[in-house]
Amino acid sequence: MNAIMKSPFAWLLKREYWEARRGFFWAQVWTAVVLLAITVLSIITLEVFRSRLGMHINVGANGTDMNALLNNALSHNMSLVVRGLDASMLSFATLGGVVMTFVVFFYFLGALYDDRRDRSILFWKSLPVSDTATVGSKVLSGALVAPLITVGVVLAAFVCNQVIYSLWFAAHGLNPFTLIWAHIEPFEVWLHMLAMVPLYLFWALPTVGWLLFWSAAVRSKPFLWAVVIPIAAGALNSWIALLGIPHIKVGFFWSQLVARSLLSVVPAGWVTVMNPGNLSDAPETIRHFGSYAQMAHVFATPEMWIGAIVGIALIAAATWFRRWRDEV
Amino acid sequence: MNVAAEAVAEQSASRPASGQDAVVHARGLTKRYKNAVALDGTDLEIGRGRIVGLIGPNGAGKTTALKAILGLTDFEGELSVLGMDPRRERPLLMREVCFIADVATLPRWIRVQEAIDFVAGVHPRFDRAKCERFLSRTKLQPNQKVREMSKGMIVQLHLAIVMAIDARLLVLDEPTLGLDILYRKQFYQSLLEDYFDEDKTILITTHQVEEVEHILTDLLFIRDGKIALSATMEEMGARFAEVLVNADKVEAARALKPVDERAAVFGKSIFLYDSADPEQLAQLGEVKRPSVSDLFVAIMKGTYA
Repeated sequence: MNAIMKSPFAWLLKREYWEARRGFFWAQVWTAVVLLAITVLSIITLEVFRSRLGMHINVGANGTDMNALLNNALSHNMSLVVRGLDASMLSFATLGGVVMTFVVFFYFLGALYDDRRDRSILFWKSLPVSDTATVGSKVLSGALVAPLITVGVVLAAFVCNQVIYSLWFAAHGLNPFTLIWAHIEPFEVWLHMLAMVPLYLFWALPTVGWLLFWSAAVRSKPFLWAVVIPIAAGALNSWIALLGIPHIKVGFFWSQLVARSLLSVVPAGWVTVMNPGNLSDAPETIRHFGSYAQMAHVFATPEMWIGAIVGIALIAAATWFRRWRDEV
Repeated sequence: MNVAAEAVAEQSASRPASGQDAVVHARGLTKRYKNAVALDGTDLEIGRGRIVGLIGPNGAGKTTALKAILGLTDFEGELSVLGMDPRRERPLLMREVCFIADVATLPRWIRVQEAIDFVAGVHPRFDRAKCERFLSRTKLQPNQKVREMSKGMIVQLHLAIVMAIDARLLVLDEPTLGLDILYRKQFYQSLLEDYFDEDKTILITTHQVEEVEHILTDLLFIRDGKIALSATMEEMGARFAEVLVNADKVEAARALKPVDERAAVFGKSIFLYDSADPEQLAQLGEVKRPSVSDLFVAIMKGTYA
């Protein structure tokens, strides 16, 4: 392990992290802090209103033990607690995922462009590092390291959230261990989140390759090239379809070409190729799309593998540009 | 090409190649861009333990030649750097070759400490202690970011890193452009004192010829993608002479076929001679060794005409 951490490639990953830590790490931390602050503020709001109204839920009314009452009520419908925990977990994960989508998208768009713009590429290229290793370290940083950090921060935030609730419950004489911590299911969701990371890496490849390609290939404005080309092509195809001239199937074009080239970095974007199953029941849906069976199913779809192969081809092309582009 | 340059090129072409242990060996190096020829069948030979100035006007192919040597661009022709092909063996070659390609190209987000850690991590020939010793002579702080540094400080950092790498060839492309005079003097002084030895080779391009003149061992003038002059500084001193001639001896001076003539004060003229007889020259007036920049101007005459 120590040898791996000291290998040149590990240093390439570290360098990427140093450069991108604001997006990879701090953006996630601040998102979590904001969510936690909202939790604390809502609890304070609740307490203030409660004390103004003179309610005391922690002291049993007429000698009844509130704790026992609540425990009793909840034991009949434990899934209610689980759903509540699921929901709070989901809010952390969703927001973390949204932030990560933006961070990763712009990370790849700039990965092989920013250092050409400020000419620091000349410093990187003065070191004995192959362009394949450089591009590889960028692929892994955006599609593996960034999601791992996101999962880590979301988990930590979730734990903090439960601790805040526990303290609140305890302050009212309720036992947080039976009410919150005894429910293992939300913790199991973590493992599923972790399992999604390799799935994310492979699913994201077409967008990773597409963005890296333009990042390496163009002289300026990679955003315009990367975004305008697929959308304009999609619009053109739709227009041709409208005229009744032979065209590529419109729905296919938008979902398989435009969306896969731009939006595959959205976490859990693979739901589109999942077995629909029983999606009506909300909490079950979360479990359903996070299940290992569904993840395995995604790996078996042609959308996954064709996309991955196209992505790898684009990454290879980006590496070629990185090696031979010499306008600096 | 004017007559002077042609004559010079002819003579330099007859110099024997320094053979197998050449650091850079190029034959017929050619690079065409869409609407210009940057290198036009260039031949180059750079030996071990030399400090070579590659000097030429803008657009003469200096940077392209360096990029070819560093494996940053594709080209036609034959080129071997330390026995390696820079096109195919670049990652390996960069263990032995270092370059400062321009001033201030360090990434703006990096900290001094991170830059050292990173280079130590990826470069097998980097000596961290040496680098830290060089840095201790500067005002740079380990936590300082490049974006917080002046241009001169960035160059100090870059130079400290590069000098701590035990490379066999160091390429410097306009390394002091835009620096104030203190940093510029210090830059070349450090290179001489703390870096250069008989196993290392330094290849420098710069417009500020006067600044490197005293440290160079070899001169390469490049013009229109071809080497117009290749000589050691000793050969230069033996071959070229500058004479300050009084008005009454001007005709006699012209008869000796100078490669260049220019006016000086008090009606005197300065004549530049290539391989002329020193005794004859002494009769014309005061003889001295021409500066590299005067020689450069004489040979490059007509470039922008």
